[in-house]
Amino acid sequence: MENYEPEIVAFCCHYCAYTAADMAGSKRISYPANVKIIRVPCTGKVDAIHIMKALEKGADGVYVAGCLEGDCHFKTGNARARLRVARVQKILEDLGWEKERVAMINMSAGMGERFAKTAFEFTEKIKSLGPNPISQGKIEVQAVS
Amino acid sequence: MITAEQKPMQEIIQYLAPYSKILLVGCNECVTVCAAGGRKEVGLLASALHLNSLKQGKTIDIKEITLERQCDPEYVEELTSYIDAADAVLSMSCGCGVQTIATRFKQAHVYPAVNTKFMGASLSQGVWAERCQGCGDCMLGITAGICPVSRCSKSLLNGPCGGTSNGQCEIGPETDCAWRLIWERLKELGIEGRYEALVDAKDWRPAGGAGPRKIIREDLAL
Repeated sequence: MENYEPEIVAFCCHYCAYTAADMAGSKRISYPANVKIIRVPCTGKVDAIHIMKALEKGADGVYVAGCLEGDCHFKTGNARARLRVARVQKILEDLGWEKERVAMINMSAGMGERFAKTAFEFTEKIKSLGPNPISQGKIEVQAVS
Repeated sequence: MITAEQKPMQEIIQYLAPYSKILLVGCNECVTVCAAGGRKEVGLLASALHLNSLKQGKTIDIKEITLERQCDPEYVEELTSYIDAADAVLSMSCGCGVQTIATRFKQAHVYPAVNTKFMGASLSQGVWAERCQGCGDCMLGITAGICPVSRCSKSLLNGPCGGTSNGQCEIGPETDCAWRLIWERLKELGIEGRYEALVDAKDWRPAGGAGPRKIIREDLAL
């Protein structure tokens, strides 16, 4: 597991986190390549099923990055996203998974440094949690067969 | 509408443990509106069950389908082409839907994925409250449109009990005393005189006291 590099999906709002990632690029601030960005028009567009499907397809961690509280371009999209992330966390807990694999993060468009810092911190957190539990299932099956 | 909540995940997982091919059936009616068993919840539950089985190194085959109404035989009939391929059926409708499937498909192992709660109304987005107990003899016409049967904890019919405190029910401060609400609304409408009229002891037979209930409309029954 030493060379384990997690796959992380980040749903980023067009008006803040995605622009912040762009800002990080413009400022030549690097962030881990583990983070794969999916641009969304607003984090309110991200539904619980999108996060679940990312995990089902093997993502080791998923975060939703939206505007600062109260600053959503569409008023309440980020507040809705926070509740949906909490719902997925509850489902993961019910399944006996680590709820920390899923997170909601807030930032503004100008926070390039914060985007990079968040990407580093989340990647480290997922590294400490280990791979998505479904990959453990595959390993166990291979060991049996 | 009939309200419901999803069962604890571990209970559902236990039900399905012996099976590998699941027909997961949602309902487009009440449980869709109260976000317990519509198409969206079917997708989420299927995804959660997939995650659970993949972690154990197993694969589970889940066919997702959401019927217009699970409590009507003509819609349940749509399951005919899928039922034989499934080891078990997991229904996300209220108890009526689960039983309609079990009645139609005698050999099918049918399990509920939700707990049916009550007949309720939506207070705001994501909040539902009990508003009717189906007593079979509606009293709303004499209680200013507020139901003492479903909203008074004791279903009292002639005013509040001694447990009312500052307009709230003794079971908890979050529950309004139904009879306080009725009195205030009678006053607002200027018909508080109705409060004096005594209601006779209620006949609870239409409420289910005489056994399971049935409606037969001769003009509609073929």
